[in-house]
Amino acid sequence: MGKIQLTKVRKAFGEVDVIPGIDLTIEDGEFVVFVGPSGCGKSTLLRLIAGLEDTTSGTIEIDGKDATNLPPAKRGLAMVFQSYALYPHMTVRKNIAFPLKMAGMDRAEQDRRVERAAKVLNLTNYLDRRPGQLSGGQRQRVAIGRAIVREPAAFLFDEPLSNLDAALRVGMRQEISELHQSLKTTMIYVTHDQVEAMTMADKIVVLNAGRIEQVGAPLELYNHPRNLFVAGFIGSPKMNFIEGAEAAKHDAHTIGIRPEHIAVGDGPWEGVVGLSEHLGSDSFLKVAVEGIGTLTVRAPGEVAARHGDRIRLAPAGKIHRFDTNGLAI
Amino acid sequence: MARALSPRRQLVTTLAAWTVALLIFFPVLWMILTSFKTEASAVAMPPQFLSADWTLENYAEVWARSDYPRFFWNSVVIAVGSTLLGLLVAIPSAWAMAFVPGQRTRDLLMWMLSTKMMPAVAVMVPLYLIFQRLGLLDSRIGLVIVLMLMNLPIIVWMLYTYFKEIPGEILEAARMDGASLWNEIVHVLTPMALPGIASTMLLNIILAWNEAFWTIVLTTTKAAPLSAFIASFSAPQGLFYAKLSAASAMAILPILILGWFSQKQLVRGLTFGAVK
Amino acid sequence: MSTQSSRFAARLMVAPSVALLLIWMIVPLAMTLYYSFRLYRLLSPDRTGWVGFNNYLWFFNSPDFWLALFNTLALVGGVLVITVTLGILIALLIDQPVKGQGFLRILVIAPFFVMPPVAASIWENLFMHPQNGLFSAVARGFGAQPILFLEQYPMWSVIGIVSWEWLPFATLILLTALQSLSSEQLEAAEMDGAGAFARFRYIILPHLTRAITVVILIQTIFLLGIFGEIFTTTQGGPGSASTTLPYMIFKQAIAAKDIGRAAAGGIIAVILANIVAYFLMRGLGRNLNS
Repeated sequence: MGKIQLTKVRKAFGEVDVIPGIDLTIEDGEFVVFVGPSGCGKSTLLRLIAGLEDTTSGTIEIDGKDATNLPPAKRGLAMVFQSYALYPHMTVRKNIAFPLKMAGMDRAEQDRRVERAAKVLNLTNYLDRRPGQLSGGQRQRVAIGRAIVREPAAFLFDEPLSNLDAALRVGMRQEISELHQSLKTTMIYVTHDQVEAMTMADKIVVLNAGRIEQVGAPLELYNHPRNLFVAGFIGSPKMNFIEGAEAAKHDAHTIGIRPEHIAVGDGPWEGVVGLSEHLGSDSFLKVAVEGIGTLTVRAPGEVAARHGDRIRLAPAGKIHRFDTNGLAI
Repeated sequence: MARALSPRRQLVTTLAAWTVALLIFFPVLWMILTSFKTEASAVAMPPQFLSADWTLENYAEVWARSDYPRFFWNSVVIAVGSTLLGLLVAIPSAWAMAFVPGQRTRDLLMWMLSTKMMPAVAVMVPLYLIFQRLGLLDSRIGLVIVLMLMNLPIIVWMLYTYFKEIPGEILEAARMDGASLWNEIVHVLTPMALPGIASTMLLNIILAWNEAFWTIVLTTTKAAPLSAFIASFSAPQGLFYAKLSAASAMAILPILILGWFSQKQLVRGLTFGAVK
Repeated sequence: MSTQSSRFAARLMVAPSVALLLIWMIVPLAMTLYYSFRLYRLLSPDRTGWVGFNNYLWFFNSPDFWLALFNTLALVGGVLVITVTLGILIALLIDQPVKGQGFLRILVIAPFFVMPPVAASIWENLFMHPQNGLFSAVARGFGAQPILFLEQYPMWSVIGIVSWEWLPFATLILLTALQSLSSEQLEAAEMDGAGAFARFRYIILPHLTRAITVVILIQTIFLLGIFGEIFTTTQGGPGSASTTLPYMIFKQAIAAKDIGRAAAGGIIAVILANIVAYFLMRGLGRNLNS
């Protein structure tokens, strides 16, 4: 079981309200991702749930029980840290067994669980090595192993992939997703990378300046962003925002259109191509359109527009409309 | 920043470095050489670098004239005892300062260090009287306490700098894994900081071994360590050079050998963890 | 970055060392302060009473006091200048790729293991002695008069001996710091056209700032209380030429058996130490923070 309920959770460091007040329900078995720019309070929120920080006010319930003032060890949660936080003086086996040893479990059961976790994570051959002798990906797996042997109510991940190189990151992303499929345990995952959020989450919580901007399934956020912040944060490349006369035509203060929703060819907008990046599968073009500004366009790979070319563009997808307060209409 | 030098320059720098090092070491070497000479060749003019008649006589005589093993044992007990006791008090404090720093942690450390600036002589009389009253004069336990207090600020500071190198996330991980504060310190922090703790221990054993004010003021016979032993040799001027050298060698060789064997940890310790 | 319970635990764990040091500092200090206003002579134990500031005035009116004050500061300053300067030079030399670097370090570190009374007696008897010392033998070998180190230059001799004791400490700290300097920085400076001196002045010296700070801080703490070396060699003489403040207090307590005056001297020494500490922490605290 792993249902976590936050009610009016507030955190202040001295005079500064890092988190002014958050209400959030995380259902049992959900994969929830906290995403937002650095300094948005997502890591602090995770640490509040973990019990590594005190909440200033509000309550945290885990499986219906008030856990607000419980020490970390008593909450039944496991955490994977950004730096993995492995114990360098212990072997992999001892690292994974450490929480079991602290819980006073008997040796035979400890060994059984460690072996099982090692098998799942492909670490069987490394059990007697020390963390210093492992690669980044292997260390990551040990950290996960240490978390899963406890059979916690929920897993907390604090930017676990940010120390890995790009190729490894994709692999680990899939492994964590598969782990969630097989364990079906609640996972809370913090990242600043919206791609990780989109690919892994059942539910994304977008945070900004300690506030929740929107909660929803990945595609819901993509298709129906509630405000300018979410619209700009989710999706890559970033959504184009247009103000002024063009927006007024759509009865809005600001309109947004995603780069992949603009077609090259015949259309109402004409502009000069600036920077163009050809990736093969796609081409990203920066087009300076008169009276509108620079638009980013995601065109098919075969479009051969180059610096200085004049091209015409047409909207070919949803146009998002926002009012003066930045809220979606 | 080692870079390849031309063979000629390398020869010159090697020679220069060795000359300087030997000059620094020379007084110790000369003392050791003198300790093996007869009294006559010890003061011969011109000086004899290597004596023609080697002798262990001086050591034998110093050994016979004083109870060296007792002084030696007192030194060991006082140096090791005060260091261990200091570590026991300092480890929790350093943990707190390194991992739960407050706004005044820095000031607290500086204050601790500043207590060491108080000249020992200034409080000699009161401390003597206190020790008299408590019956601690000429007792090993009394010296262990004094030297522990003297070196406590240094122990705390060194441990603090070593502990700060350990990422806080690892201790948080231990907390998440269900470790109590005690387990966190015993199973995670202490083993990880072991090299630093060893350096701290070594340096403080040496500082305590070489302390030569309180060990002389507060002892007479029973608890007197080697610093008092050597003081008793240099006080009456009747002693000759070779025997004085032998006694000196006997006072410093144990710690010199310990220091040389643990040189690597010691150099780390010497920098008080503040220089990387 | 912590919870209330861990902050509470932290306070609890700092408490023992703070309490111990407070007692260690305050109790003897309070007693010294008390005696410093009392008439208390071991030779005439019947006559006691309050004497106001008389004990202090005795110090301030004694010409020896100002000399002792000067000597104390000269000892600290002199040893610091010598050890830091020589330490930098020797560290630069040893840091070069020389053969047998490990053994060199063993030789250089040796004086640090020598306890002060032994160090002082080696220098006094085996080197500086006017008849049998090695220095006088060398002087006579050149046909010169032996220098009477401890008689003619007592303060310089003491500074020399103490510098020898502390040189390894300074050298090894500076060497460690030097070895952490990336060669890329030096190579970049060389590519930028910096000569050897410019590299030292603009790259190496700034890199050493922190190490030099540590050397000055730690050494000052120990140097302010230097006692054994003077006791063993010059006994503060000839006359009062090499008497420092600690030694002057010692003379009042042990030779004159005037506990009141010694206590007043102790309080003055504590005030001096605090003044030095204040300037030291203010001047150097910044370097340590980074």
